[in-house]
Amino acid sequence: MTTNSESQRVEPKDSAFWADPVSKLSVSDVPVGALSLNVEGRQVVSPLQGFGQLWQKTYRVWLTEAKATPAEAVSFLKQSLPALMPDDSRFYPSVSGVQPGEVVLINATLPGVPGQIATGVMVLYSDEESFTLMCPEGHPEAGWNTFSAFEEDGTTVLQIQSLARANDPVFEFGFRFMGGSKQQERIWNHVLAQAAEHFGVTGEVITRKTLVDRRLQWSQVTNVWYNSAIRSLLNLPVRLIRKLFGRES
Amino acid sequence: MTEAKVSMQVREATPRASVVDIKGEITSFAENVLMDAYAKASGNGASAIILNFNDLEYMNSGGIGLLVTMLIRANRQKQSLLAYGLTEHYQQIFELTRLNEAIQIFGSEAEAVAAV
Repeated sequence: MTTNSESQRVEPKDSAFWADPVSKLSVSDVPVGALSLNVEGRQVVSPLQGFGQLWQKTYRVWLTEAKATPAEAVSFLKQSLPALMPDDSRFYPSVSGVQPGEVVLINATLPGVPGQIATGVMVLYSDEESFTLMCPEGHPEAGWNTFSAFEEDGTTVLQIQSLARANDPVFEFGFRFMGGSKQQERIWNHVLAQAAEHFGVTGEVITRKTLVDRRLQWSQVTNVWYNSAIRSLLNLPVRLIRKLFGRES
Repeated sequence: MTEAKVSMQVREATPRASVVDIKGEITSFAENVLMDAYAKASGNGASAIILNFNDLEYMNSGGIGLLVTMLIRANRQKQSLLAYGLTEHYQQIFELTRLNEAIQIFGSEAEAVAAV
């Protein structure tokens, strides 16, 4: 009979919800219409590896009088996130959808940046009532966004919470002075308002912002090497030439 | 709002190090419990906070976010944050979220205390 402590260890109930450890991201399939750049081979980055001020931003909408349970609300978000995003910020999940470890490609426009920037996120965690998307190197932010729902006094509350800082000095400037921060808040307000509308609710989205760390992390200044806006811009002529030759051949 | 399913006991390991014994689940609902424990652990002027994860039963991404926030607070107070008792699964999560680059992980309390 085996009685050692190793055999008695129970598999944690959250183990299926987390992505497996990865050293570099890999894009297995590129959805139609998506531009895959600045994701393949990148490491994911937590708020600890970013450059700018660390913000926690919480967006909530109360699904008053809607019958949806938290699990139903999150299931809808997982399936419909691409459709809920505004036109200037497109999400392209893989065929597998919002599953732990999957990559979601993102093509978006940023204030003051010509053309689209291509980046992506990794599904860090996904259970019935929440999922979390984690940013890679070069993404505007270092950190993650958690989409969740919970019950409060009999009402389901849908929430998006970001814990992130700008990845590098260029993005920090963009967030602070070029309208990047406002654009980000507009995006998540839009997503929650659209989701609430699906459930027949026109509730107001409440935003709460907390400055967790006001200091800049100058040790991370070299993150700018992977800046997805700069790299997307530099890649633009290459894409145009390829397109041209593709048409000519 | 869902209630926290966690309890945390704070004890002094050495005059410079406090241990927080965590029992239960670390999710975003554990915020008040965790921050109260951090305040207690810092109360005696400890320069190191050691988190004991031996009785951790569950942790989601909201819980990892709380640990990041706690780490930032500790760094601001020039305190170091250490951990022990993490199963292989939770060590992998620390690695995945790159918390292991900022929180030193040890196999036992004795090792963690010795490192302070």
